[in-house]
Amino acid sequence: MSTAIDNIVNQPYKAGFHTEIETDSMARGLSEDVIRTISSKKNEPDWLLEFRLNAYRHWLTMTEPKWPNVRYPKIDFQDIIYYSAPKSKATKKSMDEVDPELLKTFEKLGIPMNERAALAGVAVDVVFDSVSVTTTYKEKLAEYGIIFCSFSEAVRDHPDLIKKYLGSVVPYTDNFYSALNSAVFTDGSFCYIPKGVKCPMDLSTYFRINTQDSGQFERTLIVAEEGSQVCYLEGCTAPQFDTNQLHAAVVELIAMDDADIKYSTVQNWYAGDENGVGGIFNFVTKRGLCKGKNSKISWTQVETGSAVTWKYPSCILLGDNSVGEFYSVALTNHMQQADTGTKMFHIGKNTRSRIISKGISAGKSNNSYRGLVKVSPKADGARNYSQCDSMLIGDLCGANTFPYIEVANKSATVEHEASTSKIGEEQLFYFLSRGIDSEEAVSMIINGFVRDVFMHLPMEFAVEATKLLGLKLEGSVG
Amino acid sequence: MIIKNAATILSVHNLVASIDGTQILKGFDITVKAGEIHAIMGPNGSGKSTFSKVLAGHPSYTVDGGTLEFKGQSLMDLEPDERAKLGVFLGFQYPVEVPGVTNGSFLRLAYNTVQGARGKDELDPLEFDDFIQSKLSLLGMDASFLERSLNDGFSGGEKKRNEILQMAILEPTLAILDETDSGLDIDALRVVANGVNTLHGDSDAVVLVTHYQRLLNYIEPDFIHVVDGGRVIKTGDKSLAHELESRGYEWVLDENRSRAA
Ligand SMILES: Nc1ncnc2c1ncn2[C@@H]1O[C@H](COP(=O)(O)OP(=O)(O)OP(=O)(O)O)[C@@H](O)[C@H]1O
Ligand SMILES: [Mg+2]
Repeated sequence: MSTAIDNIVNQPYKAGFHTEIETDSMARGLSEDVIRTISSKKNEPDWLLEFRLNAYRHWLTMTEPKWPNVRYPKIDFQDIIYYSAPKSKATKKSMDEVDPELLKTFEKLGIPMNERAALAGVAVDVVFDSVSVTTTYKEKLAEYGIIFCSFSEAVRDHPDLIKKYLGSVVPYTDNFYSALNSAVFTDGSFCYIPKGVKCPMDLSTYFRINTQDSGQFERTLIVAEEGSQVCYLEGCTAPQFDTNQLHAAVVELIAMDDADIKYSTVQNWYAGDENGVGGIFNFVTKRGLCKGKNSKISWTQVETGSAVTWKYPSCILLGDNSVGEFYSVALTNHMQQADTGTKMFHIGKNTRSRIISKGISAGKSNNSYRGLVKVSPKADGARNYSQCDSMLIGDLCGANTFPYIEVANKSATVEHEASTSKIGEEQLFYFLSRGIDSEEAVSMIINGFVRDVFMHLPMEFAVEATKLLGLKLEGSVG
Repeated sequence: MIIKNAATILSVHNLVASIDGTQILKGFDITVKAGEIHAIMGPNGSGKSTFSKVLAGHPSYTVDGGTLEFKGQSLMDLEPDERAKLGVFLGFQYPVEVPGVTNGSFLRLAYNTVQGARGKDELDPLEFDDFIQSKLSLLGMDASFLERSLNDGFSGGEKKRNEILQMAILEPTLAILDETDSGLDIDALRVVANGVNTLHGDSDAVVLVTHYQRLLNYIEPDFIHVVDGGRVIKTGDKSLAHELESRGYEWVLDENRSRAA
């Protein structure tokens, strides 16, 4: 039976193709010169170059974090290509000018770049290697005063906003990878929702790493002004290479009074092969600041790819009555390793947070939940509920839970529940004895397991994510 | 009910089976015909559940010898799901809990798979909801059970009712019910027994594994088999159950030992 389980979870990666496209790539390696070149390629203002150089100098003083429960070979930061972009003459004004090879690539991935063919009601910013290649529905959104564009355009067109908020939630000093990202980031997405505006459609960014040995260092910055609402989706894939690629992104969210940001990710970076060769190192810093009273930030993530994942989308609950949520499904298979979770910092009064984490481990993979709930002395009436469930498929994988709870206010309520279950022979036999084959049984059990998280995904994304889990789990039964 | 010239549903001869290298079934024999109800009794650890699981095709057991035929067809090379589609049903002594999978969606998938294999139309959730109402009331179960996770947090008795609910929707030709009576209160026992009696007809057969005569007051068996050491050592009619209830197993085991000597 365990071979049946093995076959079920051993699925080829369908986004693993590579696009032949002419690129403008810099030589490998990192130095102040490289950073100056990136900055000048992007015609950046001096203050931004200064920001990058400060980050770089700080980074040089730092060492890689060793505390995550993951093992990987030492990364040679001089062996990474820090800038790679599809060759283009000028920025694209419309979709018709985008390289047909690129259009084809995204079509193959099921990401519509053409507004006419687009998913109804979703605006997409598409990032290919180091640069954003297009953003859809920009004009329509502009009618509402919403800014949704690539980070580079935002630097050019809205420098005041970027200057004000860049690094305000995740300073470059925060950690090793946020410092690196701040030094070399090349593009990403920016959205700004003005006061009182409910964003009329979901906004999304799709990240694709194409070039072998290039890193992807993008930044996402979302600012939701008083009383505004936005729902943001993020997806990502990469071709199959036998070398590792580094993805070190920084995402910053800021929610003012009564604002509401919902951020969903479906992460499907290439995970490496069954022996652990190749795959993306996904070292990401995501943090939201609930700055205003009654503000709310909700993270939902479905992590299925990457060789190594290290990420903790967090919320700083500064405003009174603000709410932070974290809903996560992390699936690891083969030799994949994930150390993921969240941090909830309760600072304002009556702040609330809710954590639902579902880890699924198969093959020889290792899946850890790591979470911090911190209640500061002034956070009267703070409340947290955490639930961390792990599911093991087979006997060779591992699951760990590292919940850290620091409470400095007596009126706070913090609840933590955890469980570990196993899709074992007895469960499968029960389904089989009712006529249901192993494949359907596993998919039913997994879908049941992740239900509490998937119900927080936007409808279309939930369908995608269910398909993706299915893909990772379906297969011939041996 | 014993019917003259009834078709043979289950025919087991000299069945030998082991788990992790330990032989548990050591020459098990039983023949069950359409319309009949059989009871299997015997001391703890004698191999009753093992026989039930081997019959349903549990992958942990290896069959080392003998024959196992269902309606004249050998079950040996069939996977458990194929056996289920043919009409073999095992009511588990310990039904597993599956958090997150709703009972209703599980039951519907089981129905569509098993009954679909027999040529019936698939039922969508609404149709299934209509279909299952009468089965729920037969077993005195509330519709809220469909919304709950499969067996998760069910009481012992509720799990057993849920097993018989599955029997009701899958309409097996052969149902082997492993200690369905244990864990049931007196009223529940009556309800479940009545359910089994209602479901049982002339063209199917029921095998009850039980420790107690009490169940057999409600479901009247045609044959009683006493199992010990992985084989049937005595077969009788329902009066044997009364005798076992008053005298225990020791005399049957003695009888068997002296026969062997
Ligand atoms: N993996 C195993 N290795 C060795 N022996 C086993 C294994 N699994 C079960 N057994 C043994 O097989 C024997 C038969 O067990 P079985 O569950 O069939 O008994 P039973 O007749 O159903 O008992 P009860 O009346 O208590 O339900 C027991 O002695 C049990 O310990
Ligand atoms: Mg038993």
